[in-house]
Amino acid sequence: MSLWTLRGLGQGIATTNWPEKADGDSGQQETLGMPRISAERCSDSCRRCEEVCPTQAIRLDTRGHLASLDYGRCIACQLCVEACPSGTLQASDEWAFGVRERADLQWSLDPGALAGEKLAAHIEKSFRGSLHIRHVDAGSCNGCESELQALNNPFYNLHRLGIFFTASPRAADLLLVTGTVTAAMREPLLATWQAMPEPHRVLACGTCAVSGGVCGNTYASGTGLDGILPVDIWLPGCPPNPAAIIEALLLLLERKPQRVRGGLPHEP
Amino acid sequence: MSDGVEYITVTLDTLRGRLDQLLSDGGRMQMAYAWFPEPTVPEVRYLAAPGSGQPLQVWQCATDHGHVPSLALRAPLLGWYEREMQDLYGLTFDGHPEPYPLIIDGPASGTDLLQPEGHPHRALHAPLAMPRVNNPQVQLLSFGPVRADVMESAQFLFFYLGEAIAHYQPHLFFKHRGMETRFEGTDPLAGSVLAERVSGVGSVAHGLAYCQAVEDASDCVVPLRARQLRVLLAELERIYNHLHYFGQLADATTLKVGQAEGRLLEERVKQLAGRLSGQRFMRNVLTPGGLRRDMAVPLDLSDTLGRLRDQVESYLTQLARTTSYLDRLITTGVLTREVAFDQGATGPVERASGLDRDMRRDHPYAAYADLPVGVPLADAGDADARAKVRAAELRVSFDLIELLLPQLQPGATRAPCVVKPSSCGLGWSESPRGSLYYAVHIDKFGALKRVKIKSPSFSNWRAFPFTVHQTNMMDYAINEASFGLTIAGCDR
Repeated sequence: MSLWTLRGLGQGIATTNWPEKADGDSGQQETLGMPRISAERCSDSCRRCEEVCPTQAIRLDTRGHLASLDYGRCIACQLCVEACPSGTLQASDEWAFGVRERADLQWSLDPGALAGEKLAAHIEKSFRGSLHIRHVDAGSCNGCESELQALNNPFYNLHRLGIFFTASPRAADLLLVTGTVTAAMREPLLATWQAMPEPHRVLACGTCAVSGGVCGNTYASGTGLDGILPVDIWLPGCPPNPAAIIEALLLLLERKPQRVRGGLPHEP
Repeated sequence: MSDGVEYITVTLDTLRGRLDQLLSDGGRMQMAYAWFPEPTVPEVRYLAAPGSGQPLQVWQCATDHGHVPSLALRAPLLGWYEREMQDLYGLTFDGHPEPYPLIIDGPASGTDLLQPEGHPHRALHAPLAMPRVNNPQVQLLSFGPVRADVMESAQFLFFYLGEAIAHYQPHLFFKHRGMETRFEGTDPLAGSVLAERVSGVGSVAHGLAYCQAVEDASDCVVPLRARQLRVLLAELERIYNHLHYFGQLADATTLKVGQAEGRLLEERVKQLAGRLSGQRFMRNVLTPGGLRRDMAVPLDLSDTLGRLRDQVESYLTQLARTTSYLDRLITTGVLTREVAFDQGATGPVERASGLDRDMRRDHPYAAYADLPVGVPLADAGDADARAKVRAAELRVSFDLIELLLPQLQPGATRAPCVVKPSSCGLGWSESPRGSLYYAVHIDKFGALKRVKIKSPSFSNWRAFPFTVHQTNMMDYAINEASFGLTIAGCDR
């Protein structure tokens, strides 16, 4: 055992200095995020992006031009980007898509259709220093779990941010839900929520938890948390990478600003 | 349809005789599923693997008004497949030793599954069927489906006396999403995005098996470079999965630094995968016909992997020297060769029980035919043997990539794939957890009519309880970690 301790010490510090240092290594170099909507005009009656989108995240207007894109349904599969002939939809490295309002994931050509921006309810002071999370897998593909488990590896080392996973819902401040909420997991999910002390918060982690994702709407799968639990943070991604999950947790704690509004990422 | 698969029509009265013949020739059943060639006429398809060197066989079997004789007493691994067909496709397997529901509280007609509103009264989760316990000293511990730490959802029931487990029963399928039906009616050429999301840590293996099934149904020949890059993706997936496995095993044996080191190595491979493919699970690259886009393989990839390999070697050597860790693994959770065979264990789990099978070598796909695939084996069948096999497989994966990189050919990475209407295809891969099959059926309009997914964890969950009965509580977590099971793939 003592050999292991020495061995660990000998390997030095593996933990990234991100996000304290904004230009630190988030570990996500060259990974692709959600498609970016550029200023390029759509070709008339093209419709290709709508046809290839496996989650119906894209809506077109009568001319066949891009009218709306719901990032809450997007699985970042890049099919629309590959199909787009005019460059309206482009590959991007934007993956930090955590938002407080579901409507902020919806890009629309007609911004009048957007719901008015609601002021964020202030997070309880007691949460800011340390946050305890109870995770519930409500029917995921295990991709989100793999990335959540990665949060505790030495590279991300979630503990340094004062955020911990806890076994008992009684000791938890935040319910972090992955998966589509299958018919069989609905009841255990609600039981976990009811076992948590107040105040308690909910994070919908991954496109499945936000909208059902690719698995949505079969006879057993469910369509995410909408209408089941009061969600404080919506984080689409398939799966959201560990850095995106950290960004969303810090957004919940008001330690990071929200990057995405009306479906458009802004520099904070 | 490929030359690697033989299609045979079998009648109900010759079914059992054919199974006996298969078993006496050293073959084994692989899976069974139902589909509806006509709206109300079900057909059962069995996939059999005869002895080594022979092609796989698909037995097509018409039912007797939905009735089929159960083969579960002769080939126990079919027990779960038959129960699944009872639940989801409304068939009846006469003489089944465990006839109660497995997945959902069926039976239901398979065609009705497409219309969720058609089943308002049906419970979408199978109730527990527990053994009756007469000894009042035996206590019941129920654990899950929401388990401590970041875990997939499943419920485990222990009937125990003090430290001793008398009987163990996993209650799975809480995560049943109906993924197979999600494919139905869609374009086969677009389905790899779905297949990659059946089991996240098997994204490449699932995508690959699916693509190969569609390519089989369209007689598509994938260009060499695409097949070679598929091997690269699949072996990287195996490496990060096996490293995760050692992190989990070190955690279960309370080796905290060992856990951290395994997780860190896993993270490095995932980051490398992200840089290579644009996605940490290497999703969004595979498509029927090849790859969606060519991958730029960096010139220093070989050096990067060489350095990583040295770190992995050092880590595995240190684990193999740690007596406290070995003490907990040796003789823990023994899966005998006979049980592994009968219950259908697959992948590193079956190879640790002495069964010498690996799809990469026995039924080569992608570019494996051009590579010497070493298949490490062990005999003891305990947690230590399972860990040893995985450690050796890590080395084989590094070897394979090392051999592959200098052979990489320039050229096209995608061939046109024209799906034949009213056809079917079978694809497979050796995922990090074992053999994975996709069977696809195309309708007369060229859309997917039925997709069957046989995941390795569905097989290994069936075998796992046999290593838990009559053991003790202290070993359970270690034994479970030593199997390296996923639940998403099993539940689908």
